[in-house]
Amino acid sequence: MVEMVSRPYASAFEKFAVGKPEILCLSADLTSSCEVDGFRDRHPDQFLSLGMAEQNMMSFAGGLGLAGFRPFIHTFGVFMYRRPYDQLMASIAYPRRKVRLMGFLPGITTPGGMTHQSIEDISVMRSIPNMTILETGDATEVESICEAADSIDGPVWCRVLRGSVPRLFDTPIKVGEMRVLSEGDDILVVTSGITTEEAMRARSALKEAGLSIRHIHLHTIKPFDHKQLLDHIGSVKHGVVTIENHVTEGGVGSLVAETMADAGVGKRLVRLGLKDTYAHGGSRAYLMRYYGLDALALVGGIEDIMGQKFGITEEDMEAARVDDVHSLVKAEAL
Amino acid sequence: MRNKKTSEEVALGIRRRVFEHSMRNNGGYLSQACSAGEQLAWLYNEELKLGDPTLPMIPKPFEGVPSADNPNYHTGAGYNGPFEPQYDRLFIAPAHYALVAYATLIEVGRMAPEGLEMFNKDGSSVEMIGAEHSPGMEVHNGTLGIGLSTGAGLAYGRKLKGEPGRTWVYMSDGEVQEGQTWEAVQAASFHGIDNLYAIMDVNQQQCDGAMDSVMEVGDLKAKFQNFGAVCVDIDGHDINAMRDAVNEPHDGKPLIILANTNPFHSMPILEERFPRLHYVRFKSEDERARMNVSIAKDLGVEPVDYSH
Repeated sequence: MVEMVSRPYASAFEKFAVGKPEILCLSADLTSSCEVDGFRDRHPDQFLSLGMAEQNMMSFAGGLGLAGFRPFIHTFGVFMYRRPYDQLMASIAYPRRKVRLMGFLPGITTPGGMTHQSIEDISVMRSIPNMTILETGDATEVESICEAADSIDGPVWCRVLRGSVPRLFDTPIKVGEMRVLSEGDDILVVTSGITTEEAMRARSALKEAGLSIRHIHLHTIKPFDHKQLLDHIGSVKHGVVTIENHVTEGGVGSLVAETMADAGVGKRLVRLGLKDTYAHGGSRAYLMRYYGLDALALVGGIEDIMGQKFGITEEDMEAARVDDVHSLVKAEAL
Repeated sequence: MRNKKTSEEVALGIRRRVFEHSMRNNGGYLSQACSAGEQLAWLYNEELKLGDPTLPMIPKPFEGVPSADNPNYHTGAGYNGPFEPQYDRLFIAPAHYALVAYATLIEVGRMAPEGLEMFNKDGSSVEMIGAEHSPGMEVHNGTLGIGLSTGAGLAYGRKLKGEPGRTWVYMSDGEVQEGQTWEAVQAASFHGIDNLYAIMDVNQQQCDGAMDSVMEVGDLKAKFQNFGAVCVDIDGHDINAMRDAVNEPHDGKPLIILANTNPFHSMPILEERFPRLHYVRFKSEDERARMNVSIAKDLGVEPVDYSH
């Protein structure tokens, strides 16, 4: 049974920021929702409440960067790029300010529906010059996201998991690397964020079906080591499946497709994720099933490439976690 | 390097340079020179505490945008002197005033007159809409409304570090139509950012025409006060009024000076072009010739020979 860690960001951010006066914690009325309420209470000199005014917050953070500070902005990811996109561009990305954009509730990790689900943020950030993109897939990555982000000479977009988070890895994020979780030679599976756990759930069933899976997990989406990915693609016989908590346009699936096309790789690619659709509100497990982001969907993608069915069902997957919608480790039912 | 000229003389010099440039180039931001001349002259010639320029008098060509692959990148802020704790900083929030701002740099001896010849030329850093790398600029402000927020963030950071230098933002009144301006004022007030200063050119003009015909903005002074700033309303062509306004007590609050100006000030013939004053491109050779003669006379110079 996988270890669950409660609110890993809360303690990780505090541990990271204490004693670094040039680190400022910015929040836009979602302080407890982003697990920095304890930090606010214990370190008010490093905390700045900027209210529900994200446009000002982005440019203000740019000004703090000019003054030599490294602001960590905490809010839901959607609120940092949809409304204040112009400010993100002009005040943060263009001038390469060392602003760390901690985007909570990536993809369908919230029942908040369209207004709360950042389903196209990676696509947006990949197309912004100077931007670095990191995504957390487990508690260890959440615990190391602050150091990883702060090691970057420029702005960083982070997809941060909150609440009760599984521990899948025992080593911190090393920016620019990718995790190789299995080294099979039939199919390459590329995951990031919460889809990595789904691929791990399907692992034993796929093995029993006689498939040799090579699985890599991405925490660094930009910059990206294309050569290493190509080596992995070259190591499998049949093709590649990507599965992402994001629309399939512009995210990890596109990244893999571009890498393959640029190198003239002629293998099959199946991109799983939100298929040119918005999601609606619901539990994570429900949404992952409904939109085809879960372990069963991954099996379907592999069957597509292999041209055969393996008869794998939900019962064959390793135990799925069921998150309480009204968990004590979340500030609200989002 | 300061105070060799009076600020009135600097204002006149700004207008003469913008006039000459606009005549030679068959158009330019003439009206902004009319409205902003005294404000920019006052800021650069007497109010701002700035060190000597750190960049060459003749601007370098465009040297690339910020990127990890461009390690020698720098902004144009060096024309305002070095970043030192005791010095003031200035953002020109309406980057469309760049031509007028460049003329100001020349008048106060911070840039060579050759700089203006590079205006809007391909490969030049002296861009039409002031960019970060343009002389006197430190951030991109061409997207209106972001300047005051940036200034507030910088001022807050400098306050945290105990730096005595002030952060100034030169603003235009059209920017108050952007919600971000009000977000910035409320944040600056809430956080007690009283080392933030703004002077706004209230010329009541915007790109489409007179502001009241585009979007009425109401009583600016009352609005700024209600959002938590200290606000002073003055005649924007009266330099003594600026000298008084900056002394207004504003403990714990940003100070915003509303400089009410005339968009035809010192060039009354421009009124013929009302209400489209944002960028004056001459409509005919006849208009260009008439304006040349009329404005030259107003500014006390010979008409510009733009025939070659």
